[in-house]
Amino acid sequence: MQEQPIVKQETLFDAEEMVLNMGPQHPSTHGVLRVILKLDGETVIGLDCDIGFLHRGVEKIGEHDTYAMITPYWDRLDYVAAVSNDLCYVEGVEKLLQVEVPKRAEYLRVVLTELQRIASHLLWLGTHAMDIGAVTVLLYCFREREEILKIFEDFIGARLTAHAFRIGGLWWDAYPEFEKRVRDFLKILPGRIDEYETLLNANRIWLQRTVGIGILPAEEAINLSLTGPPLRGSGVKYDVRKAQPYSAYSDFQFEIPVGENGDTYDRYLVRMEEMKQSALIIEQALDGLPEGPVMAKVPKLIKPPVGDVYHSIEAPKGELGVYMVSDGTGKPYRMRIRPPSYINLQSLKRMSIGHLVADVVALIGTLDIVLGEVDR
Amino acid sequence: MQLLLTTLLLVAPDWVVSLTRERRPNLFWAEYIVWPLIQIVIVIFIVLTLVAYLTYLERKVSAFIQARLGPMRVGPWGLLQPLADGIKLLLKEDIVPIKADRAVFLIAPVISVVAALVVLSVIPWGAGWATIANVNIGLLFVLAVSSVGVLGLVLAGWSSNSKYSLLGALRSSAQMVSYEIGMGLSIIGALMFARTLSMSGIIDAQQTDTLWGLGYFLYQPLGVLVYLTSALGETNRAPFDLPEAESELVAGYHTEYSGFRWALFFMAEYASMIVTAAVAVTVFFGGWYFPGLGLVKNPTLYVFLSVVIYALKIAALLYAYMWFRWTWPRYRYDQLMELGWKWMIPAGLANIVLTGVWYVLALPKAQGGVFGLMHEEKGRLIPTKFSGIAYFVVTGLFVTIPIVWGLLANINRRSRDFNLHEQRQLQMQLRRERLEKMLQQPASSQATEGVQ
Repeated sequence: MQEQPIVKQETLFDAEEMVLNMGPQHPSTHGVLRVILKLDGETVIGLDCDIGFLHRGVEKIGEHDTYAMITPYWDRLDYVAAVSNDLCYVEGVEKLLQVEVPKRAEYLRVVLTELQRIASHLLWLGTHAMDIGAVTVLLYCFREREEILKIFEDFIGARLTAHAFRIGGLWWDAYPEFEKRVRDFLKILPGRIDEYETLLNANRIWLQRTVGIGILPAEEAINLSLTGPPLRGSGVKYDVRKAQPYSAYSDFQFEIPVGENGDTYDRYLVRMEEMKQSALIIEQALDGLPEGPVMAKVPKLIKPPVGDVYHSIEAPKGELGVYMVSDGTGKPYRMRIRPPSYINLQSLKRMSIGHLVADVVALIGTLDIVLGEVDR
Repeated sequence: MQLLLTTLLLVAPDWVVSLTRERRPNLFWAEYIVWPLIQIVIVIFIVLTLVAYLTYLERKVSAFIQARLGPMRVGPWGLLQPLADGIKLLLKEDIVPIKADRAVFLIAPVISVVAALVVLSVIPWGAGWATIANVNIGLLFVLAVSSVGVLGLVLAGWSSNSKYSLLGALRSSAQMVSYEIGMGLSIIGALMFARTLSMSGIIDAQQTDTLWGLGYFLYQPLGVLVYLTSALGETNRAPFDLPEAESELVAGYHTEYSGFRWALFFMAEYASMIVTAAVAVTVFFGGWYFPGLGLVKNPTLYVFLSVVIYALKIAALLYAYMWFRWTWPRYRYDQLMELGWKWMIPAGLANIVLTGVWYVLALPKAQGGVFGLMHEEKGRLIPTKFSGIAYFVVTGLFVTIPIVWGLLANINRRSRDFNLHEQRQLQMQLRRERLEKMLQQPASSQATEGVQ
């Protein structure tokens, strides 16, 4: 983006811009993001993001661990959507190994990943609404997210950093009541989503705070290489699940919701609709759940052939990709992660300038960033 | 035991009053020093306890709204939580930042809390002796002193030498000053009927003026709306809690405060909540009177019941405040100012003008009125039973509100936040047209556009 020259206005008093440090310890930067704001009164005239407070060098760690050992590190990238991260990495390695995953494992992976998408969007909705001031929505969202985490806990053994998948399939088959519990959850979900929409959609203040805030036209969204809900909110119908179907997604019928205006309200609507679509996918996957093994025949020591692979999935935040180069040993020669949050965060500056401080908070919320993924 | 308690509760205050009145030589001391001091101590004690329990109530109400339990650990149902909080805050270190303006930093919370507590002196807590000071400019006193509280916030934000505090203080001063105007304007309509500024006087006037003494909210629906909205803004409550907007300004003006000085700000906030609710009850909802209270003949019982009714009415309003806070998102700074200056203040002004017109039209024919729906009784002008009352209710509800709404909607038609849906549709249409134009152009020109 081109820097707009700031015209200094003649005022009665000697006007000065104020530089405000927002974060890294700030309640609404969603972790340890430091935003340096240049303010004229309360209007943002300059913005800079300072990232890296949570840098752990996951890509470098990847060069020192065996393929199986790397998976748990992926849980800690986007730590509110650990299952989706696992899917991306595990499928990447499978592509490299050219392993065929059993159908049942694919379906169970879709169920878990879509549940994770709902959980991630619920957390986003709660924190986004809380940033704008509607605290109650957060607690409601956590109530439903809790149900999903309980299902995860019984399936995987962990709630947040769920080490869900293994290379070649799943470690365990679904437990007996798994299907019933997921179906029970799907039964209550639409009513609960209606509840949030009653609290927000018809609310004047919510509309005032979101409509027309941070408008991002489609062309600019593509130029900024945004993915996920921020891109679809601007009206671009791009979803990796449809564009390059991975796992078992080509078996299911679902819609890609898109916005028209590209403002915060559109991105909100897109994510709300995505939750409903995810529920539909889960239902289809459970209906068509085949019998059979959940683990392919994979050697104990994974040594992929020499070569490289790029695999990307539609994570809740956007397109999550992995690029791996194998030199034929048990450890990847290089592992590169394409984190959607990091790339989506680029658009914050473009969207914020000209808005007020309060809008910056709303815009950080609407991008749905997770600092674990931004900093890696 | 019960008998003893009842006797104590019902007879003791009368006895104290009679004792002080019968002993002639000490009349001055008894009337002006001892009895007021007792009242002051009781009120301060009760209000501070109430403030503490209001925080408990806020946590409980929010918890029940949010499908959780709230404080449960300290005492049964967490009832001792405010006590534990108080002790914790008293024992905490009182940190003063090195670069802060020390004297101002220390005195700012005191200004806030004193301003909030002084106002309590003119609140008519009940009939008879339960009114502490019946000042003839009571309402003016409330408005004047409560606006001093802003000074505390501004000084706190400025002296902290922190950017977040400064922003919070600037927001709060602008907000409180502008919403005070709306608040002041909104009660003038009711004052026209009451023709007095004394708080007790207003309550007495409502008993004769309105249907069964229900209150001026019957005649002043717009005034009530404007007052309650402005009162929310004045007390920095959600959806107008910008000065301390947690997600934006960390904690606003009290970011740098800790320990009991922080608690003083909290106390000031809740005390001013009680005050604004009390003023609303006094001016619009009939004060300590409720239909049927007149049937009670025992004067002491009458006073006690009046206190209870007053407290219940205030509690209902406070509950509504909490309800709003936990349901609605927060306004943005410019939207807040817009609501204050483009809606609340003009609505308050229009309400005054229209109320004046209705009032003059209804005057007795001898005094130049047209309809003659009022008559004089005990030196006051009173709406005639039923015809006059019905006239004022109808004009207030079905004429004033539509006129003001139409007026303001016309004025604010072009304001950014008024017709959001229309604007959204318009933007979508523009975008669609642009897209169509782009698609019609040949591919080569599109490519050059992309380069540019």
